[in-house]
Amino acid sequence: MAPIAFGSDYPVHGYVTEHAFSPYTDNGGTTVAIAGEDFCVVAADTRQSEGYSINSRYSPKAFKLTDKAVLATSGFFADGATLVKRLGQRIEWYAHRHEKVMPTSAIAQMLSITLYGKRFFPYYVFNILGGVDEEGKGAVYSFDPVGSFEREACRAGGSAASLIQPFLDNQINFRNIAGATPRPLPLEEVLKLVKDAFTSAAERDIYTGDMVEIWIIRKDGVERTQYPLKLD
Amino acid sequence: MTGTSVLAIKYKDGIMMAGDTLSSYGSLARFRDTRRIVQAGDYTVVGATGEVSDYQHIKHLLEEVLIEEYYTEDGHKLGPRNIFEYLSRVMYNRRSNFNPLWNYLVVAGFKEGDKFLGYVDLRGTTYQASTIATGYGSMIAQPLLRKAVEGRENEVTEEEALKLLEDSMRILWYRDARAWDKIQVAKVTSEGVTISEPYKLTTDWTVGEYVKGYGA
Repeated sequence: MAPIAFGSDYPVHGYVTEHAFSPYTDNGGTTVAIAGEDFCVVAADTRQSEGYSINSRYSPKAFKLTDKAVLATSGFFADGATLVKRLGQRIEWYAHRHEKVMPTSAIAQMLSITLYGKRFFPYYVFNILGGVDEEGKGAVYSFDPVGSFEREACRAGGSAASLIQPFLDNQINFRNIAGATPRPLPLEEVLKLVKDAFTSAAERDIYTGDMVEIWIIRKDGVERTQYPLKLD
Repeated sequence: MTGTSVLAIKYKDGIMMAGDTLSSYGSLARFRDTRRIVQAGDYTVVGATGEVSDYQHIKHLLEEVLIEEYYTEDGHKLGPRNIFEYLSRVMYNRRSNFNPLWNYLVVAGFKEGDKFLGYVDLRGTTYQASTIATGYGSMIAQPLLRKAVEGRENEVTEEEALKLLEDSMRILWYRDARAWDKIQVAKVTSEGVTISEPYKLTTDWTVGEYVKGYGA
């Protein structure tokens, strides 16, 4: 009898179930990046989960790559951590070879290539790269697990992406507001939106909570702050 | 052959880890004197849940690494963070070749004032925290460890830490059907590594008298 369920959590009566080792797991968590006129904000919660358990309340998933770029990862943490390691190595080599810091747009292209290199055994990671471009303007690049990417004004990723992205579309891009007058938002307002996005997400998404780490990238450097979230 | 929970916490003087000494073969309590916590260098201990044969392979790999460190004579000694990074890479690479070492490892140590406590598993997932518990320990003991330690890892005394781990291992003996009442406790402080000989936990089954049908 052909197996109809692979590694099912519950007994499937009357049929054969086949178990296989899954190289992936979902460690949960949410990420957000918003591009400003001359800054970029990248935020990620610090909870790492597995199933209904919390592995750690403080396991950061946004990593500084250069003084001008921060990468936020969500999905399978082991792949995210390994990807950041490999990228970091190649970014360092770039700096030695070209005697300059790797520009954010080049990092985006390299990340895309790196992800597609494992197209048939993907890095199970939803990446969002945030930073400043070579003109000093805020930049956000979002990726799928196999390297498809696009530069955007803002993006939410991870377990509460579907809760946060519509909020960002409305508040940052002024979508679906009658008589809207889109205007560039200052840093203080963007930070308020990020904090509100995370506290709201933490209310409804069990995988989001504990703390959010917020990175602010500007042309002269990177700053990091932490903001507490509910522990439940 | 499998091993059950391993618990570990950070405390005032360093870190402490506990695990029982049972290797189970399904429901058979096969070997009751297994050492599931081992020393790795002068500053680190490693404990494992899961497949014992894979853990024995890991012990062999660690020995090879430490021999290489010894004959290199470069004045450096491998610390807990180095051991952790090494094991993380091994575990991740094995999973990436669909041939995992089926273990949930706890790496703990103390070197030059730096307390370290980390977890690596069969998929290469890693995290660090002030309390770690694998297997049934993650369900039953972790809430107790977090309540006692979280936020006060530099205040928890040695007596408190030992009592906490013993109480947790006792509860696991009561509730985990693959647990054993003989445990080892490892401690790493500025004075180095100590791993106790296995000893039996005191237990109190008198609650059974209140349970209808218990022991009937």
